[in-house]
Parts: sequence; C-alpha cells; structure tokens
Amino acid sequence: MAEQPAIEPMHQFLIHKLVQGPVFQIGGVNFDMSITNSVASMLVGAALIVVFFLTTARGSIVPNRAQAVVEALYNIVDRILVTPIIGHHGRPYIPYLFTLFMVIAVLNLMGVVLAFGNLAGQSWTFTVTSQLAVTATLAVLTFFSVFILGFIKHGPKFLTLFAPSGMPPALLVFMVPIEMLSYFVRPITLAMRLFGNMLGGHVVMSLFGSFVVALGIVALSGGVATLALIPSVLSFAMIVALTGLELVVAILQAFVFTALATVYLNEVVNFGHGH
Amino acid sequence: MEAEAAKLIGAGLATSGMIGAGIGLGVLFGNYLQAAIRNPAAAASQQTMLFLGMALTETMGLFAFVVSLIILFAS
Repeated sequence: MAEQPAIEPMHQFLIHKLVQGPVFQIGGVNFDMSITNSVASMLVGAALIVVFFLTTARGSIVPNRAQAVVEALYNIVDRILVTPIIGHHGRPYIPYLFTLFMVIAVLNLMGVVLAFGNLAGQSWTFTVTSQLAVTATLAVLTFFSVFILGFIKHGPKFLTLFAPSGMPPALLVFMVPIEMLSYFVRPITLAMRLFGNMLGGHVVMSLFGSFVVALGIVALSGGVATLALIPSVLSFAMIVALTGLELVVAILQAFVFTALATVYLNEVVNFGHGH
Repeated sequence: MEAEAAKLIGAGLATSGMIGAGIGLGVLFGNYLQAAIRNPAAAASQQTMLFLGMALTETMGLFAFVVSLIILFAS
C-alpha cells in the first residue's frame, strides 16, 4: 500500500513569511514588517477592490455589467440595511459600512474561490478572515468607533444607554452590570462569528479533500480495497457541494457583520428615539 | 486518565453547547418559513431580521466553539 499523506486540516491556517521585512522595536515590542501570506492576501484583496471600483467609478445612466454589480452591492448596504434600520440619518455612515462589507466579502470569497491550496510545496492562497487577529481588528475598530461616536454626538448622556428607562431604581443595581456586559461582549462576538464560520468551513472542506486522496490511495492497492473509490468519489462530490455552501456563507457573513454594525450604529444615531 | 486525553474529551464535551444553537436555528428558520408561507408578501421585509436573529443565535454556538478551542490550544 502506498504511503498515506498526513491529514492536517489546520495546516492551511499557518502564517509564513514570503518576504523578510525590517523589524522595528517600539516600547519593547517587536513589530515585524515582513510580508506574510496573510499580508499578501490582504494586499491582493485590497487591489481587487480598488481596481473593481476604479473601472466602475465613471457611472453611466444605462449601467454596463460591472456597474450593475456595484450598484447591486451598494443596494444591499443602502436599501436592505441602512435605510430600513437607521433611516435617512444613517446615510453619512454608508461609506464605512460599505467598505466593511466589501472588504469582508472579497477576503472571504478569495479564500473559497482561490482555494487550490498547495502548489509546489508553497501555499499560495490564504483565508485572511480565518485569522482571529484580522477579524478582531475589524470588530474592535467597528465597535469602538461606534462607541466613541456615541459620546461625540450625545456627550455623557450616552451612558444612560446602560440604564433602560422606566426601570425601578432597585433593579438598576442588577440591570446596569448585565447591560454593560452584554454591550462590551459585542466586539468579541463580532470577531468570533466571522472567525469561527470561516475556520469551520475551511477545516471541513480540507478534511473532505484529504479523504479523497487518502481513500483513493487505499483503492489503488487493488482487490477488495478498490471499493474505497466509492467514498472517495462521494467525498469529492461533497467538496463541490461544500464549496457552493461556502460561497453563500462568505457573502452571508459579510452581510451579517455589516448588519450588526448597522444595528449598533442605529443605537447611537437614533439614541433616545425609542427605537 | 492522562491529562492530554482528558483535554481532548473535555474539548469534545464543550462543543455540546452547540446543541442549543442548533435547536435555536431550527426554531428560528422553522418559524420564519411558517410565517412566510402564511403571508408570502411580508416575508421579504423580515429577511434582515431573520439574518440578525441567525447571527445572534449562532453566537451561542460559537461561544461553545471558543471554549473548546481554549481547552485545546490555550491550556
């Protein structure tokens, strides 16, 4: 029997350096400016978004195909999220929300569409959003910009967010800590949701991929073992189905992240309006 | 029992918290479909709320996932 390849579903998430960069030391903390596969994927994603929007920025009344795609994407953020949830006061925040949506959607999709894994012993594609550091950065950035915006717009009065109105004073002792806990757990859940979904999906896909190879090698040894071809082919069919599912999940998670950011923003913009 | 084995079993047990998230998602989508079939005209307008509910329900399952990851890799 031929040698079995090792099944390593977590191997695809390893970060390795592609180009060694300078290392800065600020306050005893090392900042390694090397280009890793994570950074490279983010640069490619950013380049894709910029090129996509540069080619469609010159709008015409009768849109061509690329412009129609951009308008459909914009409508997801504007007509489905911001206008129904916040109202027209939310329009100034659309650029941030739309950027968030596009970045997450493109990085997610790059992980699925370009998932051909290892070529020549080097993994070329990488799902950036399956790194907790990346999703946590997006979540913390979103959460604290919304939180600080609340203080800018409403001043110290914003702290009454943690004390629901019409509450008996005796209950406030319990309610305020609970409200604060459920408020400050938000960046963690935002980061974990995206991270967990992308990690989970890719681990499952990778596992089925290694089944195809491992069972195929078993089948090659001939005799009764040839029957192993059946689960091998079934695993391959499963990968095709899972890729379809992952495409949906990629867009859906970008949508959900943006939707939650919109809901958090709504509390700030429509603060005290009983929404 | 070896500590390593206990860790793996514990990580597996920790994922049982996802049962609740599974039930929750079933209730959520089941009720949405029921309502959507009764009143298809109103279905599209509630889709955003459906996905928001899905995201919040999923969070509970993800907490279990995180606990299991902490047991596996951070202890």
